[in-house]
Amino acid sequence: MNEQATTGRQVLLQGNEAMVEGALAAGCTFFAGYPITPATEISEVMSVKLPAVGGTFIQMEDEIASMGAIIGASLAGAKSMTATSGPGFSLMQENLGFACVAEVPCVVVNVMRGGPSTGLPTNVSQGDVMQARWGTHGDHPIIVLAVSSTKDCFDITVKAFNLAEKYRTPVIILSDEVVGHTREKINLPHPGEIEVIDRIRPNMPPEWYVPYEDNSRGVPPMGIFGDGYRYHVTGLIHDVRGFPTQRPDEIVPFLNRIHRKISQHFFDILMVEEELAEDAEILVVAYGSVARSAKRAVREARQRGVKAGLLQLITLWPFPRQILEPYLRKVKAVLVPELNMGQVSREVKRINQGVTRVETINRIDGNLITPEEILVRLIKM
Amino acid sequence: MAEVTKLIHKYLRHDKKFPHVWCPGCGNGIVLGALIRAIDRLGYEKDDIVLVSGIGCSGRLPVYVDFNTLHTTHGRALTFATGVKLANPKLHVIVIMGDGDATAIGGNHFIHAARRNLNLTAIIINNNIYGMTGGQYSPTTPYGALATTAVYRNIEHAFSIAELAVTAGAAMVARGTVYHANMLDKLIEKAILKRGFSVVEVVSNCHTQYGRRNKLGGAVQMLQWQKDHAVRVEKAAEMPEEELADKFTVGVLVDRDLPIYTEEYKKIREAARAKMAAMR
Repeated sequence: MNEQATTGRQVLLQGNEAMVEGALAAGCTFFAGYPITPATEISEVMSVKLPAVGGTFIQMEDEIASMGAIIGASLAGAKSMTATSGPGFSLMQENLGFACVAEVPCVVVNVMRGGPSTGLPTNVSQGDVMQARWGTHGDHPIIVLAVSSTKDCFDITVKAFNLAEKYRTPVIILSDEVVGHTREKINLPHPGEIEVIDRIRPNMPPEWYVPYEDNSRGVPPMGIFGDGYRYHVTGLIHDVRGFPTQRPDEIVPFLNRIHRKISQHFFDILMVEEELAEDAEILVVAYGSVARSAKRAVREARQRGVKAGLLQLITLWPFPRQILEPYLRKVKAVLVPELNMGQVSREVKRINQGVTRVETINRIDGNLITPEEILVRLIKM
Repeated sequence: MAEVTKLIHKYLRHDKKFPHVWCPGCGNGIVLGALIRAIDRLGYEKDDIVLVSGIGCSGRLPVYVDFNTLHTTHGRALTFATGVKLANPKLHVIVIMGDGDATAIGGNHFIHAARRNLNLTAIIINNNIYGMTGGQYSPTTPYGALATTAVYRNIEHAFSIAELAVTAGAAMVARGTVYHANMLDKLIEKAILKRGFSVVEVVSNCHTQYGRRNKLGGAVQMLQWQKDHAVRVEKAAEMPEEELADKFTVGVLVDRDLPIYTEEYKKIREAARAKMAAMR
């Protein structure tokens, strides 16, 4: 994802600013947010740029309201987005679950800062990996993507909108303070060069429309408020018509379908980057800003004769198990550096089941893991 | 066909599994009836109406009617409605909430929606209690009343929903009751027509959870109480304060012209376009 495009407009942007460019390129026309460090620039730039393209920016009274507003806007046909950091992300969880159950496409950005609680507002962290997966109550499907560079902030934001539209689901982008605030030169592609996917809309006569009926994709076409397909949207478990149900024979197929629509398209959703990983004896599994340090560490380790490789996770959830498993069987050890007490490493260990050795570097002091830290460990391993 | 039967056939969902969830004698049905009559008189297309609700007995109201209907999370109906309205300002967005829904868990959203002045209509059914969860005290449960979480008596003081809306800056605020059903549909009609954020507080009855526990009788007695204690705003203005002590006003409390958010935002778009063009 870090290779520069050869065409397009060359710009110097912060990760947070590039996210706005990505959202606009993907067709975002609605943004609701609430100020929070280190995500505020996304709101600020949106407030400048969205009205200029005929879209709408609104600053809501809190993050609960921001999440509600982007769901409402999506139901009325807009591609919508919000951006926040840890504390605000916690407030969004209730309505995020609503978007999962009512199958409303939207994009939620969490520029991670040190936690828990108010934590370290201006420092980097990767503490919200599990909150992104399990933050809202109940079993639910979710897509979570991690960005590591300004270029990613553009590309992955476009991808996030596409996945949200394609699978009628909220998509969470985990950025972090370092990625959000680092300025890098990138090429913004021309609009024609970007793949933009829109939700499938119903085209049958309205009286034939069954809003939550299963199909081979597991994703029913989505009616938009005002387009003639009147239906009921609710956070209650509902039947195929959208009406609340407590019938076991309707509850189970519904919950199974919303999980299946993600799991059966796993390979479409899955994104990883591999760097020197093919013949690696030590595999570094990293994501976000730490993947930048890891990439450099792996390259330097090779120069010192250590056969290290990097598996950079872009899709964090659903977890790229199918990609990781073959590596676990052939490498001598795995190293998972991350800015938390072991959230992705926990998942790696769970999948590993003792097949290979899994080591971790966990940094929780609000600073980025340096390439040297990883390199020193790689040499020791 | 009787007029009411025609309206039932036109607006109620035929594929929704009735019966509804409300107790016999509940005011929610009267509010729904008033809303349907108001919309029918306005002649709006069903496709152009979005009915949004929160959680509670009132939250179930949209499911029965054949509009675009959105049953959201507790207290958050106005936030969803804000998104719907901004994404498509042509839609008539009507929000139904209960007293706990709108003024406890959703209190912050309520005052900010009023302040912001989007062209939305909020109908708040005030039955002084959390009915669906079994009769806990709400922000409008009177001081001294009994509830399942106030079995020794309620020591909190009640909000006046309508006056809260006036203070928060709503463009139009009205109060009606489910007893005055014909007045109610006129108030709702006026509120939907109002350009800006309009609020209709509907004094209703929960005889099951509030009336029974406070020995106020059944639905009929509680409706009688509404009749005896409601005073028209115009009449109240001429009455001495002592006489109004145990009364509440019904009618239009405030009706003022304020800049509408979506109209204002059009100007923001023009300014943004001009700025972007200048930068090129």
